Amino acid sequence: MTNAVKGIDPETMASIVARDIPAGSVVNLGIGLPTKVSNYLPPDSGVMLHTENGMLGMGPEAVGDQIDPDLINAGKVPVTEESGACYFHHADSFAMMRGGHIDICVMGAYQVAVNGDLANWHTGRPDDIPAVGGAMDLAIGAKQTYVMMNLLSKDGSPKLVDQCTYPLTGLACVKRIYTDLAVFLIHPEGVVVRNVYGIDFAGLTTLVEIPLVDGTRRGWS
Amino acid sequence: MSRAQIFATAAEAVADIRDGATVLVGGFGSAGHPAQLLEALLDSGATDLTVVSNNAGNADHGLAALIGGGRVRKMVCSFPRQADSWHFDARYRAGQLELELVPQGNLAERIRAAGAGIGGFFTPTGYGTALAEGKETRVIDGRGYVLESPIRGDVALIAAHRSDELGNLVYRKTARNFGPIMATAAAVTIVQVDSVDAAGSINPEDVITPGLYVDRVVPIVRNLARAGERP
Repeated sequence: MTNAVKGIDPETMASIVARDIPAGSVVNLGIGLPTKVSNYLPPDSGVMLHTENGMLGMGPEAVGDQIDPDLINAGKVPVTEESGACYFHHADSFAMMRGGHIDICVMGAYQVAVNGDLANWHTGRPDDIPAVGGAMDLAIGAKQTYVMMNLLSKDGSPKLVDQCTYPLTGLACVKRIYTDLAVFLIHPEGVVVRNVYGIDFAGLTTLVEIPLVDGTRRGWS
Repeated sequence: MSRAQIFATAAEAVADIRDGATVLVGGFGSAGHPAQLLEALLDSGATDLTVVSNNAGNADHGLAALIGGGRVRKMVCSFPRQADSWHFDARYRAGQLELELVPQGNLAERIRAAGAGIGGFFTPTGYGTALAEGKETRVIDGRGYVLESPIRGDVALIAAHRSDELGNLVYRKTARNFGPIMATAAAVTIVQVDSVDAAGSINPEDVITPGLYVDRVVPIVRNLARAGERP
């Protein structure tokens, strides 16, 4: 067991994702870990945040007097509006997504498969109450779907797998996977390792049970 | 469509909702949630309801109270499980409540389709997943799609910010969410608003829901402190 390997923390992971988002992109950040990405977007990036409950131009979390019960994000947290923000109803919001008008969405995951299949909505355990929200719409709707997750689950098993065993959210939709130990690109050539953190490529291959392509010296994007 | 009627109380506005009705309930979490209309519906005694709403109620008010009161037979929603959805959780686990789980965008588009006279549509959302099982699929231009059907309501209960005397509606911020599409998709649309103003007082360019979709309007002063409670 190689649980002793220590990679980057969630804040660093969020800053790396933020750095990879091109200026001016329209981006949807999922609930939880992906929300942190907004803290690392440069103020002049021109990145516009979409929240699927019906807003473009979402600002930071509201505090004190800014809190307005009519202005919340998809995680139901009170937020603020940026200059130039706009509101729209749910059918428009999801048409925006499904129609390919959102550049990037960043989501968490239980598992991602080598072909880009994503599982992140349901554990499949019979006693769990399922809830899907906008996960399936986002996964297949955005032009590019990025995942942020730890590479290993709590029991040490890899979450990047040959085939997902958890119920699927979308087929072949993930393009990149940001983890604590490496950044992976789902590429026609295979799963390319773009960066490694606290581990080398050879070490990484011992943690997962899938073939990897070493792209750490090749300047992949 | 006749002109919208203005009602003095939520109780009068919902009094004729029947047992077994399908009720579209607006709101995303507490934003746009027509809590007072739902509490009036609870008081009316209507039961065996099918409720279509994004969530399955928060804490103890509005939809949560209706579910807790045992009045809901079936929920059609995208995200029932929340930190404060204990009434739904208990009824669901006890097998007293049927759940149809629908991806959020499919839920919205199915409601929109009903209001727009569309008999069904092919969507890529959910293709190849458990939520598309048993549904007709088609490959169009190399991509898989699932046939989804419209969701129509006997009644829609929604919240808006302002109405005029004709039922033209304006919403506030993210409280708009499902209001505009649900207003189009039910036989009777009932709206609670912060204020009802004279006809002509809303700039025609600013109207989001044209009054022809609206049947009943109830002005209700909101307790924003409670509306702002967080899960």
